[in-house]
Amino acid sequence: MKSLNFSRWFPSGRTTVIGVPFLFLFVFFLLPFLLVVGISFSQQQLGIPPYTPLTKIEDDVFTLVLNIGHYKFMLGDDLYFATYISSVQMAFVSTVLCLLIGYPMAYYIARASESARDTLMMMVMLPFWTSYLIRVYAWIGILKNDGFLNQFLMWLGVIDTPLRLYHTNWGVYIGMVFSYLPFMIMPLYAHLVKMDLRLLEAAYDLGARPWKAFVQVTLPLSKNGIIAGSLLVFIPAVGEYVIPELLGGSDTLMIGRVMWDEFFNNMDWPMAATVTCAMVLLLLVPMAMFQHYQAKVMEEVK
Amino acid sequence: MSTMKPSKPLSIAVLGFGYSFLYLPIILLVIYSFNESKLVTVWSGFSTKWYGALLEDDELITSALLSVKIALMTATASVVIGTWAGFVMARLNRFRLFPLFAGMINAPLVIPEVIQGISLLLLFVAMEQTLGWPEGRGVFTIWIGHVMLCVSYVAIIVQSRVRELNRSLEEAAMDLGARPLKVFFVITLPLISQALVSGWLLSFTLSLDDLVLTAFLSGPGSTTLPMVIFSRVRLGLNPEMNALATLFIIIVSVGVVAGNLYMRSVQRKRDREMQLAFNQA
Repeated sequence: MKSLNFSRWFPSGRTTVIGVPFLFLFVFFLLPFLLVVGISFSQQQLGIPPYTPLTKIEDDVFTLVLNIGHYKFMLGDDLYFATYISSVQMAFVSTVLCLLIGYPMAYYIARASESARDTLMMMVMLPFWTSYLIRVYAWIGILKNDGFLNQFLMWLGVIDTPLRLYHTNWGVYIGMVFSYLPFMIMPLYAHLVKMDLRLLEAAYDLGARPWKAFVQVTLPLSKNGIIAGSLLVFIPAVGEYVIPELLGGSDTLMIGRVMWDEFFNNMDWPMAATVTCAMVLLLLVPMAMFQHYQAKVMEEVK
Repeated sequence: MSTMKPSKPLSIAVLGFGYSFLYLPIILLVIYSFNESKLVTVWSGFSTKWYGALLEDDELITSALLSVKIALMTATASVVIGTWAGFVMARLNRFRLFPLFAGMINAPLVIPEVIQGISLLLLFVAMEQTLGWPEGRGVFTIWIGHVMLCVSYVAIIVQSRVRELNRSLEEAAMDLGARPLKVFFVITLPLISQALVSGWLLSFTLSLDDLVLTAFLSGPGSTTLPMVIFSRVRLGLNPEMNALATLFIIIVSVGVVAGNLYMRSVQRKRDREMQLAFNQA
């Protein structure tokens, strides 16, 4: 009975089927961005909301006031500039470290026996399911001056004075690699596992040494996995807040943290919006690369 | 052929190092949750007193209940919208604005959460000003925010599952006169039910764990568990948090492992049945 009812509108319902999720994403994803851009041109004020409106109509005159002060300030301020550089640099180093640890892991998981693979991948994914906050917290106990790592190294006699890791950039690197490693391994594994091993066989038959075969066959074939994994780590790492806040020092400059402080501590919403716009601008190219890659993956499945 | 095999010792060394890196912090956290001393990293004897302390911590319990409630709401809504969007991605991807649609699905996977947090907040503030709704921030705004966080994951999981579906079953139903909507609910949906379950579970854990978006979107009286945890661990180690983390880790691990085993067995059973059905045909 019900299907009869539906059948009347379904054939013309294609638009509805596409339109509903489209509208949802538009309202809650794209529209908010446009608002951020708008508010970055307004001014902080006391009251609710804590920013001035951009437009007003007074005596039949419509005025649009764009305050570019925040952008000017941001471009001229050394600390902001240093924050951008350091965010990109920290995200980049974390990405490279993830790749250095993640690639060999993904490689050996992909070459493990078929029955072991699923279990090994599940073990990579398992930490991702447990709380991210807890996993970052776990490192505090390890990295502190009297933490497990220093206790262990001093017991071994490698060092006499504890290493300062907690509340430094090193702590942030370790926390980032730990948190984002699964994101690196997943796409790498996906590419390495479907690789045709006969290609390697052919390379060996033609006399290639293992290392050469790896560089000339395996590595190029996993290129897309490397790009995808790196983007999955790099983009969110640039705007990371929790890790630098918990493991980094007060001198660990990261843009996500600066934005958070502007917003919650200084209550300067327009400035926070400006910093956000700058962050989006910074991530535009990597984001476009990611979109391109995702589209390609979808084509491949077809 | 023997040269083909990757070297065993190297493989064990790499994986051993990698997995200890991933698991050692968690194992230490669990062990030291049973430490009697308030100094978390100095062992002074076995005790479960921090677990007892958890039970008497009203702030923690209230926020945990709220987090579970929001996670249930989020997971359910995300699966509905995410499945819808994922299906569009897989089957109805020939419209002009499709690149924009795909972009809006993919971007939240990587975009830093602080960006999404502030933009959604500004949206809700603007809405309150112009429409008078939603009044203030609270469970509702957090809910929407979390759904935005999870929808993409569900959509991606669902779309890849829909793409690998064997279409013959749907076509058969179509030939027998079923309308598209009926085919979707009676044939397609059961076939992708596994993807829905993983999407639901993933959304549930993502929501339960989210701090950054929640901080932007919560109001007075809507403090979630991660917010409480964060405000405490920000000041350093806290033995009670170790106990809480241990409980969390145990529940999630058991859930994920059991879910994984269950889904593998279901998958095998379904593959067998499909095989039989096709063989008979």
